[in-house]
Amino acid sequence: MTTTETELKALMLASQEGDAAAHRLLLERLSRHLRAYYKGKLVKIGQGAAEAEDLVQEAVLAIHIQRHTYDPEEPLTPWVHAVARYKLIDFLRRNRASLANVPIDEANEVTANDDHLGTESSFDLRRLLKHLPEKMQCSIEAVKLDGLSVAEAARRCGISESGVKVNIHRGLKALAALIAQRTQT
Amino acid sequence: MKTDELITALSMNVEPVNRRLVDRNVGLALAVGMVVAIVITFIVLGVRTDLTTPRAMIFLFLKLTFAIGTVGAAAVYLARLARPAGERRVSPGLAALPFVAILLLAGISLGQAPSSHWDKMVMGNDWLECLISIPIIAIVPFAVVIWAVRKAAPTNLVRTGAFSGLVAGGVSAIGYALHCTDDSLPFVALWYGGPIVLCTLAGAILGPRLLRW
Repeated sequence: MTTTETELKALMLASQEGDAAAHRLLLERLSRHLRAYYKGKLVKIGQGAAEAEDLVQEAVLAIHIQRHTYDPEEPLTPWVHAVARYKLIDFLRRNRASLANVPIDEANEVTANDDHLGTESSFDLRRLLKHLPEKMQCSIEAVKLDGLSVAEAARRCGISESGVKVNIHRGLKALAALIAQRTQT
Repeated sequence: MKTDELITALSMNVEPVNRRLVDRNVGLALAVGMVVAIVITFIVLGVRTDLTTPRAMIFLFLKLTFAIGTVGAAAVYLARLARPAGERRVSPGLAALPFVAILLLAGISLGQAPSSHWDKMVMGNDWLECLISIPIIAIVPFAVVIWAVRKAAPTNLVRTGAFSGLVAGGVSAIGYALHCTDDSLPFVALWYGGPIVLCTLAGAILGPRLLRW
């Protein structure tokens, strides 16, 4: 087992327990791996750094939303690779590009390289939020952008604390779907 | 937007997650699907009236063993397929084992019977009812199973859809077995196995549409 796998897995386990610092570090490290992975794939079909950044953010969002599906009994690298590849195939299908042009990859390819030169993606969280239903908008804005606690957000949005959590979860899923629509070229 | 900004937002107030949620949802869907299949059989078709005779009990037990074996193996794999990279831990061969077993038993029972009985053994009294009922009873269980899998993140949608159909078809067969009075191994192999395979194929076709995330 590589050190990358061991370190990332430890971060993921802590993140699943609700450790915000570990979660942040995990997403930061994975985003660098994802960037290298997507740039490498997209260059073959003539797409640039901006499209790669869109995909990095789609994958980061997916990893965040789906982190409960990671089974600690299994290595983390194949899980990350499966998510990254799934999002790549989805992107190619939306853009009517054929997977045949993209090189086949191995499960450890995602974490093989690192790229910290991030550019801006083509979308903005605050602007996209405006398309969501009011309660999702309010919950995500309060907790994820303004840094309020769930209890404070519940008061601001006028719903229960569990309502805030549900609205954040559903709202992020809805955002992911919106992003997927927008990155269709 | 920069990726760092997105990560900052996502790292705000991180909640612990339930790692058992995927298994729990699949289990829940299985239980609900089973209840629905049995209730539909009770209300629409009715339970077979000769259930107290030993022969009927033996064949009911046999049909249930085949259906439960199918559902059991398929459900374990479905819970794996619902997670990213779960397809690495699935062997379709093992899921096909109940089918191989029932086909073998059917072959043996045909071999021991005179060929004049074969037509009756294979076609039974109501093969058409069986062929139609199992896929129809499977519809609601299939919908519930798809609901459960959509709460997770399958990365092989064709295979995950196929296993969803397999689970639903098996669950439906458990219900239908309570009604069906055709008691021969070749009949069960063909008219239970066949419709369950049809459900599996339907699931494979519908999977990529229903399970995208």
